[in-house]
Amino acid sequence: MRGPSMPRLDHYFSTDAANPRYAERALADLRDGLSQWRLALALAQLDLRNRYRGSVLGPLWMTLSSLIMLIGLGLLYGALFKLKLSEYLPHLAVSLIVWQWMAGFINDSCTTLISAEGMIRQMRLPYTLHALRVAFRNSFVAAHSLPLIPIIFLIFGQLPGPEALLAIPGLVLICINMLAGGLLLGMICARFRDIPSIVTNALQLAFFLTPIIWKLELLGDAMVWMALNPFYALIETVRGPLLEGGGPPLAWLAAIFYTAVNVVLAGVLFTRFRSRIAFWV
Amino acid sequence: MARICAEGLRIEFPLYHFGARSMKKRLLGAASRRVKADAQNRVVISALSDLSLTIESGERVALVGHNGAGKSTLLRTLAGIYEPVGGRLTVEGEIGSLIDHAAGMDPLSTGRENIRLRALYRGLNAEETAALEAEAGEFSGLGEFLDVPTHGYSAGMSIRLAFALATAVQPQILLMDEWFSAGDADFMAKAETRLEQLIKASEILVIATNDMNVVKRWCNRVIRLEAGRIVRGGADDGL
Repeated sequence: MRGPSMPRLDHYFSTDAANPRYAERALADLRDGLSQWRLALALAQLDLRNRYRGSVLGPLWMTLSSLIMLIGLGLLYGALFKLKLSEYLPHLAVSLIVWQWMAGFINDSCTTLISAEGMIRQMRLPYTLHALRVAFRNSFVAAHSLPLIPIIFLIFGQLPGPEALLAIPGLVLICINMLAGGLLLGMICARFRDIPSIVTNALQLAFFLTPIIWKLELLGDAMVWMALNPFYALIETVRGPLLEGGGPPLAWLAAIFYTAVNVVLAGVLFTRFRSRIAFWV
Repeated sequence: MARICAEGLRIEFPLYHFGARSMKKRLLGAASRRVKADAQNRVVISALSDLSLTIESGERVALVGHNGAGKSTLLRTLAGIYEPVGGRLTVEGEIGSLIDHAAGMDPLSTGRENIRLRALYRGLNAEETAALEAEAGEFSGLGEFLDVPTHGYSAGMSIRLAFALATAVQPQILLMDEWFSAGDADFMAKAETRLEQLIKASEILVIATNDMNVVKRWCNRVIRLEAGRIVRGGADDGL
């Protein structure tokens, strides 16, 4: 059952302020955190259970709210943009559900470390564990709305071909971004407490600037500039394979580029400031 | 062999989320020892300064000192939670810490679920988890309350469960803060027996306490902290 590298209790540790070994210890944190995925999963499940304790529908509320949002937005904007529902609703379903997954995660990751203050100050745990917990938690939430996508595809007979498998690397890209972003935003927000409010506002704006309720074609010639929007690029790596026969190569390149930037930024900051986190929260 | 070795340990708490500028004027104006400005000109509280000590296997150390002397900070530093901004620290041996009993407990989960959660924190396998569940369930004496969410427990009951969970493993280095004296007489007797076993089998004990009875019964070395410095019992004067 137990993985070989699963830490039980610490057997040895050594810190030396004159020789901090930042990189080595950041990597060890990452490795230990990932090897404790079972704990992160259990904590994420607890979070969800506690959030919906005593509620009749429980997590089905998430499915229901996505469904209501899809119907409401679908009917209104389908009419406004004069698009056929069979074309518009599948687009909206994929875009909105992937967006809700990412936006929920980003909002949540602002408190990755702040809300784990109690644990951080009492126990020596890898910080990666907290990022993993938030990623799992939001993926659970998203998983409750996920069945809506195939249902809408079936209703409108919009079944994708084999290129839909390309959505898998797209999902992997999003997951990498979540882990890196969880640490990055978690750290920045622990240190600078104004950032969570900025993030909330930025996300609201990003929702309208990203082709979620509108379709990219409506932009006409200006649509190449959309590659500058990381949210568009990442959503497109899932939406493209499912709806547009693969998605434009530019969007894929942009998505890979933004992922790399995110990982490098998170890596550098985490390596340098990991040892300060216990003093920030 | 377990061993703790610290040289010139320094821990500073930066005061980030307050009006640093005005506070600087107010605090640094007075001749203060603990509140000072660091190299980057931030206001910091110096929690431990220039602390050197070596604890060898077999030593039972009592950390004594007034509130705010740095006892808990030192315990947490030894547990690897706070990383020193200066100096060197090496800890060899399995660490078990009884610092905060509520750490890692989910108040909305039942006692049994909390035991399983703790097993996950420790990375135990299914067999070891079942053993911990039986052991901690028995020792805490909670009976039917084991299947009630812990936020419905009395203070004494939470402490019993926490104590059972914290002492179910046998560490080489035992770090303890003084929190374990809130059970009823019956439980305290049980707890003392358990603690004595644990302390006997541990190679190193470090306990933060001001209770002279505890010091006399369990310790063979006293380190007195004052304002984040060792004033007695450190590396220099073998006691």
